[in-house]
Amino acid sequence: MSAPAPQVQSLSCPNCGAPLTVRSMGRAVTIVCDHCHSILDAKDPQLRILQRFEAATGDEVPLIPLGTRGKWRGADYEAIGFQVRTMEVEGITYSWGEYLLFSPYKGFRYLTEYNGHWNDCSVVTALPQADGISVKYLGKTYKHFQTCEARTTFVLGEFPWRITINEADATVVTDYIAPPHVLSSEMAGNETTWTLGEYVNGADIWKAFNVPGLAPPAIGVYENQPSQLRVSASQTWFVFAALATAMFVIFTVNQLFAQREEVFQEAYSFSPSSAEASFVTPDFELKGRTSDVEVQTDADVNNRWIYLNYALIDEDTGQAYDFGREVGYYTGVDSDGSWTEGSQRDRVVLPSIPPGRYYLRVEPESDIGLGIIGYTVKVTRDVPVWSVYLVAFAALLLPAVLFAWRTHNFEQMRWAESDHPKISFSGGSDE
Amino acid sequence: MSQPAALCPSCGAPIVFQWSSSVQTTCAHCKSILIRTDVNLEKVGVVSDLPPDSSPIQIGTAGVYDNRVFTVAGRIIYDYDEGSWNEWHLVLNQGGSAWLSDAQSQYAVTLALRADPLPALSTVHLGDRFAWNKVAFEATAITEARYRGVEGELPFEYWDKQEATFVDLRSAAGDFATLDYSDTEPLLYVGKMVDFDALRLKNLRAFEGWS
Repeated sequence: MSAPAPQVQSLSCPNCGAPLTVRSMGRAVTIVCDHCHSILDAKDPQLRILQRFEAATGDEVPLIPLGTRGKWRGADYEAIGFQVRTMEVEGITYSWGEYLLFSPYKGFRYLTEYNGHWNDCSVVTALPQADGISVKYLGKTYKHFQTCEARTTFVLGEFPWRITINEADATVVTDYIAPPHVLSSEMAGNETTWTLGEYVNGADIWKAFNVPGLAPPAIGVYENQPSQLRVSASQTWFVFAALATAMFVIFTVNQLFAQREEVFQEAYSFSPSSAEASFVTPDFELKGRTSDVEVQTDADVNNRWIYLNYALIDEDTGQAYDFGREVGYYTGVDSDGSWTEGSQRDRVVLPSIPPGRYYLRVEPESDIGLGIIGYTVKVTRDVPVWSVYLVAFAALLLPAVLFAWRTHNFEQMRWAESDHPKISFSGGSDE
Repeated sequence: MSQPAALCPSCGAPIVFQWSSSVQTTCAHCKSILIRTDVNLEKVGVVSDLPPDSSPIQIGTAGVYDNRVFTVAGRIIYDYDEGSWNEWHLVLNQGGSAWLSDAQSQYAVTLALRADPLPALSTVHLGDRFAWNKVAFEATAITEARYRGVEGELPFEYWDKQEATFVDLRSAAGDFATLDYSDTEPLLYVGKMVDFDALRLKNLRAFEGWS
């Protein structure tokens, strides 16, 4: 076999005589003189001049200089070609850059850049299957995003295919997306080439290729940019529905199996003028497992209040659960008619009380000098609760709504640039 | 297995067939194209200088395809409008041969498949669909190619050909097929697009400055 090929071949531009650097070892089909912008036929030993072009607005400067090498996707690659491609939509031109990368072992791939958004692209191996407005490729569905006509408007370096500047027949580029991937078909004449791109961060490219400075910041939302949230709105709602269902099941089980065992009930009367109002109730037993305990207070208050300092005390350990409840009920008539406020009944649930013998210490208070208040204290163990489920449901719903809203906004911004801008919250499009 | 050495009828250099079924080889010394007859070697032509080489594959490169170990024994180089490509002749260690196509470093391995009737070239158009080996293929490229050169051992005589037309076909799952219209009867090769790393190639060519 021949000796290892030299790293670069030295040639001169037949037009201006400037030295040319060839990096892709005989694979180049097109090579561009970066001095006089002659596009040369690299397959011709005489480097026939195919086309010359003047960059209308001066030289475009590739962000990744040609000749830069880096380790990318597990192999060494060198940037050998750069082209700017331009499309026109409703009178506005959009341009993006394409950087051809070469490895003598792995061949070619390229990086595309638009407004700081990068894609790592390579030619596909299997044949994508058109399926109406979407395309299937290796089991994944890609949604149609945009079809446009693109032309090459600037070129540097070398390419393994023919490059023509401002070609008469534009290439029809159609993008189908499944973020972070984009599947693109390029139709020139009757030939169609499919490439698969994956969204990559500029910073990762800068690091891999040791490009000086910082990658330009990404502006806006790009067609196949993955959402930072990493979940779609439908995934969010799916998780929400799953958790809400689980919660409903627990709620139902709790409702069905709660024993609602009444363990104590007694009626008392309180005279606010008496000196020592504090007393203790007889013992009662909380049987079974650790469960919640409801203390219900019914007081015959009318336009007044009674405040009860309660302590549920474990007879054996002396452990006390202190809580205070106010029962107040008011009625009256004003310009809007009659009104009421408060209630003659108060309920409170103490969570997780271990079984054992207990008694209540009760210390009532009220306005002095308004007569006796009759009240009943009832203690029930293992009662079903639903208020915590309401709170939990709200705690589930709130992040789901926020997540879905942010995702929705992101998708709105993504699709706003497409042929199918979204116009309603339900995600409909204007096909 | 190496066969007993014969001598090049042109320059006298020893010629070793690495593979017993090889029909054609080239003399590494004088570039004569040699055809094996029952008893002797016959010189049928001379290889012109090969184009500057860019493939990482070389004769003697070994690899694995579909759990079958192979060694590269020879190649045919084709030119077409967009450049050139190699068809590497793979000798499978368990017998038989296959082809590794290396076009702009898109790699595909194919094996000859008998299928009747194969379509005539004039009837094939881009987008046409065919089914072989229970795989649905679609014609994706029709390429007119010129023979640029040969190297090493080949399983048949390829020395007197000038031009050929190939129809490339692909499937939705990465299968690859080629209809070869270089002979009077079309030939069919069926296989898969393969990833460079998946071939687990050894004894690759070294490129200065690249690892």
